[in-house]
Amino acid sequence: MSQTLVVCPFCGCGCSFYLEEKEGRAVGVTPSREHPVSQGSLCVKGWRAYEFINRPERLKSPMIRDGGIVRDATWDEAFDLVSRKLISIKKEYGSGALAFLSSAKLTNEENYVFMKMARAAFKTNNIDHCARL
Amino acid sequence: MAGLAATFGSGAMTNSIQEFDDAEAFFVIGSNTTEQHPMIASRIIQAVRQKEAKLIVADPREIKLAKLATLHLKHKMGSDVALLNGLMHVILKEGWEDKEFIKDRTENFEPLKAVVAKYTPERVAEITGVDKDSLRKASEIYAKAKRSMIIYAMGITQHVAGTDNVKSCANLAMLTGHVGYPSTGVNPLRGQNNVQGACDMGALPNVYSGYQSVTDPKIREVFEKEWGVNDLNDKAGLTLTEMIDAAERGDIKALYVMGENPVVSDPDARHVSRALRKLDLLVVQDIFLTETARLAHVVLPAASFAEKMGTFTNTERRVQLSRQAIAPLGGTLPDWKIICEISSRVGYPMNYDSPIEILDEINRVTPSYAGITYSRLKGSWGLSWPCPNEDHPGTLFLHKDQFARGLGAFDAREYIPPAEVPDEEYPFTLITGRVGFQFHTGTMTRKISILEREAPNAVLEMNSKDARRLRVIDGSIVAVESRRGELHLPVQIKQDIPESVVFSTFHYSEKNINELTICAIDPVAKIPEFSCAVSIRRV
Repeated sequence: MSQTLVVCPFCGCGCSFYLEEKEGRAVGVTPSREHPVSQGSLCVKGWRAYEFINRPERLKSPMIRDGGIVRDATWDEAFDLVSRKLISIKKEYGSGALAFLSSAKLTNEENYVFMKMARAAFKTNNIDHCARL
Repeated sequence: MAGLAATFGSGAMTNSIQEFDDAEAFFVIGSNTTEQHPMIASRIIQAVRQKEAKLIVADPREIKLAKLATLHLKHKMGSDVALLNGLMHVILKEGWEDKEFIKDRTENFEPLKAVVAKYTPERVAEITGVDKDSLRKASEIYAKAKRSMIIYAMGITQHVAGTDNVKSCANLAMLTGHVGYPSTGVNPLRGQNNVQGACDMGALPNVYSGYQSVTDPKIREVFEKEWGVNDLNDKAGLTLTEMIDAAERGDIKALYVMGENPVVSDPDARHVSRALRKLDLLVVQDIFLTETARLAHVVLPAASFAEKMGTFTNTERRVQLSRQAIAPLGGTLPDWKIICEISSRVGYPMNYDSPIEILDEINRVTPSYAGITYSRLKGSWGLSWPCPNEDHPGTLFLHKDQFARGLGAFDAREYIPPAEVPDEEYPFTLITGRVGFQFHTGTMTRKISILEREAPNAVLEMNSKDARRLRVIDGSIVAVESRRGELHLPVQIKQDIPESVVFSTFHYSEKNINELTICAIDPVAKIPEFSCAVSIRRV
């Protein structure tokens, strides 16, 4: 069993806790006593933050809509379809026809590369996230 | 954010969370802190109980903090500007303003004086429902305490007058010199664990990372050089609500959504799904099959927060390292790897070995993050921006000695009524929000057993007098109807809600309250109003 210091995935308080791992699965949470925000406590959501990680409903394969049917696909197939369609839409309608919605749940690094992709690869500033909601 | 950026020069919380311990007075407006930010609420509660800090709560509902408050101002929905102007009116009349601070550190004071002069206690009472004794008492507590803090959240920003509300909070703080010192300032609480970071990183239509404008040629040049391109777009892009409208019109053909669920989180949900169905390409990258993912052409399965490393920036601007605890679930990839692969396949290669390399690049192009390096984060509890170099300790509170923009700018605002007010046909005001046991659209928390046990389904909270008039009891099913949609919900009678106002949450996609809400937009910040007029009938 190992314990790893992570940042809580819920609200903006920014509590940290130790996520307990057993046989590759997240199984529990221990608050950090020294952490300047959480100071050894957590709210009811934080205490249970490990529970959704290994839920069976987690997505495990890319999916593609083929006509009316949604089917599992390989990563290579999904990557290929997304990149081909983005290129063709950009070619036909211009970069203004593309839009990117980033996330207040993802890391700084992921937000940065996502906005970099929108701006450097597709030349559009149509990028936002749910800060206003 | 737009409101504070205009008045102070920076749109973030002015203080750190630890400074809440030493505040002498809190003015909480439009934040149900115990439910949304429990660990911050506990600081406020401790300061009130143990250090005898004063607490003023301004909220139409008798929220938990109101029960502990020195004073509870039950102002009417959407009357915040009138209330804040009224407080300033009293402060100026009594001579409680900080004349030295106004003279040395601010500008545009005269126009403010002229506007707030019109907000006499009598007029304010008429608009807000707050009597003049309470108004005076609140003004005195806030103005006379040495270390006063204003705390607000979406209850202030999610209005057509949202930017006006924020500016009015900033005006009040500057008028009394309550900003720029420890435990003293204006503190907007951010609702998601990295909403501050997503803004900081430039996941916004008008700025790159560090709020550097896309329209500034010098800034574009810096990013063009770092990114090895030469034709970055020089016009601000579309905001989320504008994207949805453009998709509905057919102007946006492809939308790539990463870790968001706009079908449930956005106002006027039927309009959102109608717009998304018109797209030629909808890509959704998430950890669960959300309501938005169900509409997608391509769904990309991502690793969860526990399965990757990276940094998050909390509401007090503290950048923290989150470490990888377990391997990515079989079949999933971390979001950053998915993005790099797609970017590379469309002809713009991204070859980062790890998020550490991405953070290095962020350090290079983002002055406020320049000193927030991986090696420093690894051995600390995080660093708060601005942190301009590796020797800088980070910044706990902002605007010391001078505002980020130089002088603080007063911006007098007039009261405007909400976009949709109750009338004969739709006589109730619907407020939406969260409860402490669930989070946002419930994608994560609804899969947690004890949270589902405590808060398993959507309810409509209602005052007992309204319930009596409608002849309903706890658990009765009512039809709630707005100009945009109708939903059947069980009634929950609550004493903490005023008459003619009802409350529900947006955690439950099977009863999506956002099918009813309105997408009337604040013209500056483009934040939707959500709250709207509804009718209620027994079914």
